[in-house]
Amino acid sequence: MADMLKKVPVREQDPQVRATNFEEVCLGYNQEEAMDEATRCLNCKNAKCIEGCPVGINIPEFVQRIKEGDIESAYQVISESSALPAVCGRVCPQESQCEGKCIRGIKGEPVSIGKMERFVADYALEHNIQPVGAEKTNGHKVAIIGSGPAGLTCAGDLAKLGYEVTVFEALHELGGVLVYGIPEFRLPKQKVVAKEIEKVKGLGVKFEPNVVIGKSTTVDQLLEEEGFEAVFIGSGAGLPMFMGIPGEQGNGVFSANEYLTRSNLMKAFDDSYDTPIAAGKKVAVVGGGNVAMDAARTAKRLGAEVHVIYRRSEAELPARVEEVHHAKEEGIIFDLLTNPKEILVDENDAVKGIRVVKMELGEADASGRRRPVEVEGSEFEIELDTVIMSLGTSPNPLISSTTKGLDINNRKCIIATEEDGKTSKAAVYAGGDAVTGAATVILAMGAGKAGAKGIDEFLKNK
Amino acid sequence: MYKILKAEKLADKIYLMDVHAPRVASHCEPGQFVIVKIDDKGERIPLTICDYDREAGTVTIVTQVVGASSEKITRMQAGEAFRDFTGPLGCASELIEEDMESLKKKKILFVAGGVGAAPVYPQVKWLHEHGVDADVIVGAKTKDMVILEDMMGKVAGNLYITTDDGTYGRSGMVTETVKYLVNEMGNQYDVCIAIGPMIMMKFVCLLTKEMGIPTIVSMNPIMVDGTGMCGACRLQVGDEIKFACVDGPEFDGHLVDFDQAMKRSQMYKSEEGRAMLKLQEGDTHHGGCGNCGGDN
Ligand SMILES: Cc1cc2nc3c(=O)[nH]c(=O)nc-3n(C[C@H](O)[C@H](O)[C@H](O)COP(=O)(O)OP(=O)(O)OC[C@H]3O[C@@H](n4cnc5c(N)ncnc54)[C@H](O)[C@@H]3O)c2cc1C
Ligand SMILES: Cc1cc2nc3c(=O)[nH]c(=O)nc-3n(C[C@H](O)[C@H](O)[C@H](O)COP(=O)(O)OP(=O)(O)OC[C@H]3O[C@@H](n4cnc5c(N)ncnc54)[C@H](O)[C@@H]3O)c2cc1C
Ligand code: SF4
Ligand code: SF4
Ligand code: FES
Repeated sequence: MADMLKKVPVREQDPQVRATNFEEVCLGYNQEEAMDEATRCLNCKNAKCIEGCPVGINIPEFVQRIKEGDIESAYQVISESSALPAVCGRVCPQESQCEGKCIRGIKGEPVSIGKMERFVADYALEHNIQPVGAEKTNGHKVAIIGSGPAGLTCAGDLAKLGYEVTVFEALHELGGVLVYGIPEFRLPKQKVVAKEIEKVKGLGVKFEPNVVIGKSTTVDQLLEEEGFEAVFIGSGAGLPMFMGIPGEQGNGVFSANEYLTRSNLMKAFDDSYDTPIAAGKKVAVVGGGNVAMDAARTAKRLGAEVHVIYRRSEAELPARVEEVHHAKEEGIIFDLLTNPKEILVDENDAVKGIRVVKMELGEADASGRRRPVEVEGSEFEIELDTVIMSLGTSPNPLISSTTKGLDINNRKCIIATEEDGKTSKAAVYAGGDAVTGAATVILAMGAGKAGAKGIDEFLKNK
Repeated sequence: MYKILKAEKLADKIYLMDVHAPRVASHCEPGQFVIVKIDDKGERIPLTICDYDREAGTVTIVTQVVGASSEKITRMQAGEAFRDFTGPLGCASELIEEDMESLKKKKILFVAGGVGAAPVYPQVKWLHEHGVDADVIVGAKTKDMVILEDMMGKVAGNLYITTDDGTYGRSGMVTETVKYLVNEMGNQYDVCIAIGPMIMMKFVCLLTKEMGIPTIVSMNPIMVDGTGMCGACRLQVGDEIKFACVDGPEFDGHLVDFDQAMKRSQMYKSEEGRAMLKLQEGDTHHGGCGNCGGDN
């Protein structure tokens, strides 16, 4: 019997071992453990956990099915609301979403919703259980731009309603950040991402990789020349930001996007692939989000000593708690309340160090977080050969700049309504990071769902 | 898959291919490039669009062997296929955006070094088709390295070939021919477009700056995605940081920091790769642009 105050512990790879490989860190529950954990759920009438889930999965219902040992029907409950449960179970920031609202969490640990969701989804992948698709198409064509979580969800939902959906993807692989950003050791590409995408294909969705909308063709041409009646834009937030400090052009300074893309998408960590990566021996990652943790843990696995340089304190780290915890276990060093001033380079422009300044927390700013201010005279240098900038991203202007009448805001995000993804341009819908700026997988999926609903209503009433 | 319809050797280590890629062919303009990937494990390799046939749905690329991936590309035969062929990427040449009337009044000089003749060709051809005949200098290390001479001759106003060793055409570096045309022939150019190895572009820019001729160059830094997502291709242009894949690849040559760009392109030069390039010094690495003077 499970301890009612504590989650059934989940098995993980030993930190020392996993810090040298790219295998998945968290091994997940088996059926016995999942059924055990399920008994902790109170099956609340007014289930707060559902409110915390951006796509509103009927959590108590699927947990009850697990309790009864009917994993297949648990999966059907989840797949009514989520197209990528094996992904969300792994990467959702559950502590601030479903689990953050769970009644159990008031006294003791919340129910381990994410781990149970992951178990059910993996079971479905292993047993090849398919979501239920449409019986026949309704003849209406919809184009989706981007194969990240927003695009995949929108495509899946529309296909279930009978639409003929084509997804256009700029890169050669499908999945967006799920393939180029989030590392293998958190989200296996073949075992999980590729299989979840196969399911979307199974619903009849067509995929065209290597098509850059705005270049290979435009939104207007999709609508006017290629016979699509509506377009959903889920193009993500791809442009990396830099600090603008001296030395940032040096050899050995990367954006986290480049470092992670080389390792994840191009598989540079595997010698049988052609793409190189300059892994570095001593690496500083600047930033404190999920992306920074992923870059740091990747560099560690490629053999480096890794420092995370973050200008606020531990409490403000924006990364998921689990990622920070895992990073520490793996030996990543956190240089908190520290901010870079300059990257030092040698005569060949190769990075040789970084000059940083100590920070302290001052008054709270508009976001309610205490603003870091420099401690005068506290500058010092750290010797290293690689700096990875992980300061956030902004949406790519390729689409907004080539689409007539599509409005963007001052952060270059496409303006779209939350309820149905409607943009300023008729027949064009948008959602995910392209609209909100860098956010989360599940919020992007929620936006994909909203977009599908909006498009369905629009085309039904046309 | 994107099928290779024709593969042809142009010179030592330089190969031309026609590839079936209808989406790219229907939208590309001179100045843009594609990214190709040979197979599952291949790198994403940027290559300039050298020509295109919208009806046949084909795009022509010219590849020079400099390392492992370019070598693999040139070993591919007609009938084989690329796993991926993405594009067109980057911005079209500024010339084609210009007002036709003012363009027709302009005197334009192209300077191509080595394999740089490939990206120059579609621009010269486009101008020719629109009634503008530009002067073109093509530089190569030696006679056997001169490429696309016939094709270029058909679309250029005046074509000047120059080889480093004087085995064909004029003798000496491309900059010598620029000086000849401007100083001795008294030609007045409104704009110069220089494409070739970075070291060549650097020296052409130093010269044209002195001469007061605005100059456009096409930069070829290391790239990964080619869509603005990774930042690998960033360059210092004036006091701004630009991403070559989305803001370029063409820039105002008088503003580009070539020394920094050349150092950045060394990033992935392995010890082994360096050795290989040393061995073949000139022939491949410097592209026989007629302007060797440093390690590019
Ligand atoms: C390293 C990293 C770690 C993260 N970790 C987490 C985490 O643990 N938990 C979490 O919830 N979130 C995490 N996130 C955030 C999450 O991944 C994103 O919020 C989410 O993927 C956004 O989904 P999206 O569909 O809007 O965009 P994306 O996933 O970015 O997908 C957009 C797709 O559109 C394509 N595209 C762009 N422009 C074009 C065009 N012009 N034509 C055709 N295709 C185009 C792109 O190539 C891409 O494939 C992480 C992000 C990163 C980068
Ligand atoms: C926009 C753009 C357009 C291009 N157009 C063409 C083209 O039309 N034809 C063509 O042959 N090549 C072109 N290139 C260059 C081509 O992409 C590189 O030669 C190729 O990526 C090298 O790959 P590799 O694996 O063979 O060599 P690598 O093993 O990656 O490199 C071998 C060595 O060559 C050097 N090198 C790498 N990239 C370049 C480069 N861009 N220029 C000079 N030296 C380099 C490196 O220092 C490296 O050590 C273009 C590049 C860009 C960015
Ligand atoms: S999708 Fe995410 S937020 Fe929703 S229940 Fe699953 S883990 Fe929780
Ligand atoms: S709030 Fe917690 S205990 Fe209640 S139904 Fe949801 S998961 Fe179960
Ligand atoms: S190649 Fe990645 S941003 Fe230009």
